[in-house]
Amino acid sequence: MTVPTTGAPQGLTAPAGEGVGASPRRPDGTPKVKGEFAYGSDMWMDGMVWGVTLRSPHPYARIRSIDIGSALAEPGVYAALTHEDVPGSKFYGLEIVDQPVLAVDTVRYQGEPVALVAADHPELARRAAKRIRVDYDVYEPVTDAREALGHPRWNQVHDAPGTVSELSRERAALHPQGNLVRHLRLRKGVPEPVADVVVIGEYEVGMQDQAFLGPESGLAVPVPHGGVELYVATQWLHVDQRQICAALGLPPDMVRLTLAGVGGAFGGREDLSMHVHACMLALHTGKPVKMVYNREESFYGHVHRHPARMRFEHGANRDGTLVYVKAQIYLDGGAYASSTPAVVGNAGTMGAGPYVVPNAQVDAYGAYTNNPPCGAMRGFGSVQAAFAYEAQMDKLAAELGMDPVELRCRNALSEGSQAPTGQVIDSPAPVEELLRRVQAMPLPPPRTADGEPDLRDLPGGVANTTHGEGVMRGIGYAVAYKNVGFSEGFDDYSTARVRLETVAGEATVTVHTAAAEVGQGLVTVERQIARTELGVRRVIVHPKDTQVGSGGSTSASRQTYVTGGAVKAACEKVRARALALIQHRLGHSVPGLRLDGGKVVSQSEGVIGDLADLLGEEVIDETVEWHHRPTEAVDPETGQGFAHVQYAFAAHRAVVDVDTELGLVKVVALDCAQDVGKAINPQAVVGQIQGGSAQGLGLALMEEILIKGGKIRNPSFTDYLIPTILDMPPMRIDVLEYADPNAPYGVRGVGEPPTISSGPAIVAAIRDATGLSLHQVPVRPEHITGT
Amino acid sequence: MRITCTVNGEQHRADDVWEGESLLYVLRERMGFPGSKNACEQGECGSCTIYLDGVLACACLVAAGQADGRDVRTVEGLASGDELSPVQQAFLEAGAVQCGFCTPGLLVAAHDLIERQAAPTDAEIREALAGNLCRCTGYEKIMEAVRLAAQRATASQR
Repeated sequence: MTVPTTGAPQGLTAPAGEGVGASPRRPDGTPKVKGEFAYGSDMWMDGMVWGVTLRSPHPYARIRSIDIGSALAEPGVYAALTHEDVPGSKFYGLEIVDQPVLAVDTVRYQGEPVALVAADHPELARRAAKRIRVDYDVYEPVTDAREALGHPRWNQVHDAPGTVSELSRERAALHPQGNLVRHLRLRKGVPEPVADVVVIGEYEVGMQDQAFLGPESGLAVPVPHGGVELYVATQWLHVDQRQICAALGLPPDMVRLTLAGVGGAFGGREDLSMHVHACMLALHTGKPVKMVYNREESFYGHVHRHPARMRFEHGANRDGTLVYVKAQIYLDGGAYASSTPAVVGNAGTMGAGPYVVPNAQVDAYGAYTNNPPCGAMRGFGSVQAAFAYEAQMDKLAAELGMDPVELRCRNALSEGSQAPTGQVIDSPAPVEELLRRVQAMPLPPPRTADGEPDLRDLPGGVANTTHGEGVMRGIGYAVAYKNVGFSEGFDDYSTARVRLETVAGEATVTVHTAAAEVGQGLVTVERQIARTELGVRRVIVHPKDTQVGSGGSTSASRQTYVTGGAVKAACEKVRARALALIQHRLGHSVPGLRLDGGKVVSQSEGVIGDLADLLGEEVIDETVEWHHRPTEAVDPETGQGFAHVQYAFAAHRAVVDVDTELGLVKVVALDCAQDVGKAINPQAVVGQIQGGSAQGLGLALMEEILIKGGKIRNPSFTDYLIPTILDMPPMRIDVLEYADPNAPYGVRGVGEPPTISSGPAIVAAIRDATGLSLHQVPVRPEHITGT
Repeated sequence: MRITCTVNGEQHRADDVWEGESLLYVLRERMGFPGSKNACEQGECGSCTIYLDGVLACACLVAAGQADGRDVRTVEGLASGDELSPVQQAFLEAGAVQCGFCTPGLLVAAHDLIERQAAPTDAEIREALAGNLCRCTGYEKIMEAVRLAAQRATASQR
């Protein structure tokens, strides 16, 4: 990777190695390797009891009655609660308040929470929950997004999409407002563009699960005077608090949240899971209540990535210049809205990919069905579209007889070009360079024909399904982009409180934010920023809780940018006050004072003294609410507008070996180039790229929640496969640092782009190896063998 | 029922254990060793990997009664006091820990590999850790960490 230049003070002791641009150890690393780090599921308190959830076995049914009597009669059971026990609002939701805390009279997806039980032992609670009698009137579920909207299905590639202006809101309406959650309509350029070459394709993306390893968990503790404290693994404490308060009918000062250790998130913890349930049980029983989902329940307990069906038409000139793109993107939102409106917004506004295209007609729809609710997952609407637009770019290249990388480079977005939303890209957009860089990386050596191959290097591995016969190699490329932060006019901010004081003779900084650490390393980044800005080695990251203002969501690749920006701004205020105080104490004006290496330093006089001594008893404490520059809502008719605050770009090259007889795929290499603006912590940046790429590989090759009649067929790690260490190839990674002048330190969001481009590159490589057109992911063996 | 076993070198006892409980549950909820994690409860993810009489096992697949009278070593038993074992140290240095939920199981499995094999090849490392799922890292830094720990183990034996 390119060597990042350090923004840390030079020359003196300490922070240089641990400030911005360095890769210091994570503060939670040692407890994590010792097994001492307390995740939500490790919470424990004297006298606590266990809560469990009774869930609907049906995807769609009316509830005639619920009888909790026999559950309550079980020994060791303290409570059995239904919707009647919800003290406040019976409904919640991130963007649309449509989801019942506990089912009221209808269940709309399999696994919807219906009742709660608290007991001494989790098994007792589970058994008691089974004794709750729920009388259901079972309905036929709505399981297809287009059917839910009354839109015609596509039968053949060349079918024109149906008229979509007259949406049938009445058809099987699952919610009072009908089945349309959102339609993003984008129109740019002329209505009837004409092109020399046209390619059309239909694509399907399966439902992916975040599959974070630490299932949903937390501990709710009742406190005097009717309040509750919740320790929970989550992505956004304050949006949880808002929804919990509404459901409990309590003011914010009576509902305190503290972040428990989070075992991964990837979007799956943006919605509430056990939060309100545990609080209800705790308030009802007067006891601490722990709830921990097992893996199967976790599959029902959080939203998934929207499955998508997409039809794309691209028109281009003979020289490869794009003339137009027309796209219809259907996203199945499942039973409740969750973040579907924003996912539709992303899929629609960025559905054409990181390319300049003068004419665009994109319609993205999010629909209610009786499938499991879908919402946030890493890549958020951009992942689905990328499989389609990148397949289209390869198809177009083939049609034109052009190299796929050349075609992409010819049309690549760059700084100053206009996105299909009309937004001018006003910071570096090195799309072409990223592609050229992955193209120029060395290829893995070809498989040798002579000698016995190592089975472990072949598709099928030690299953010994081939020794190389029938195995074809392919190479594929993809590039993608993603908005960073919350878009379309959302007031996206974070709050940081920074305190500087002398503790035991040492200058000490405490950084307090509510921004969730979910594994990505935000706690390390907060520390690095404070060290760089205040020249202090000893930085304490305060536990994350709601005792400070909102940190916003740990999603949308936004925390280093937004919470990083807040910490930086709060440090700057603290520094200004500290320097003013020191000037005052020195009694005369010293030019160019700064804080560095735990000292106060002047440009002209060098080291003036220890910061700790000069601070004395003074405590400097500043809180800053930091907002990124505003975006705007897009025009409802044309989708035009300054919708996104920043874009992040990544490109991948995949090399695969495909056993064409069995349809098995081995990814031999998966190389990536990504622009991160500024690597605050290069080691963590590379870790994000590697991990993000693995999740893209999973979606391309193996990860799919299989739904039949609205029911999940594979809610376990036995049947829902995620990549193992045998599935992931070594990666070459090129990290570029083109600063975004609008962002703190020039940073660009990192987490999501690699998840978007890795999958399409792998599918492209399989197409290259097999000559197949492949229009569905995950690519299954039967897609390759045609059996 | 009552379960007595040695955990990380010390005798531990749990009373009133229900017959359906796993060793993982007893370790985590009754004996005060929450380091081993429950991520799938069917032996697929390896997050609860422990040593049972010196042999790797998924604690979620061992009935608590089967562990009676036996010797258990968990992630909490890898370090000597404040001194981390070489694999723990290497995981920290290589950046192999993100959310860390898979880490305890991976550490025990990697510890076992390095004990058994002084200089494992990449293919051998992958094979040894194939039963441990990680969702955050893409495994590259875990590979780096195990290589690093193995190199140090080899060097220290010379």
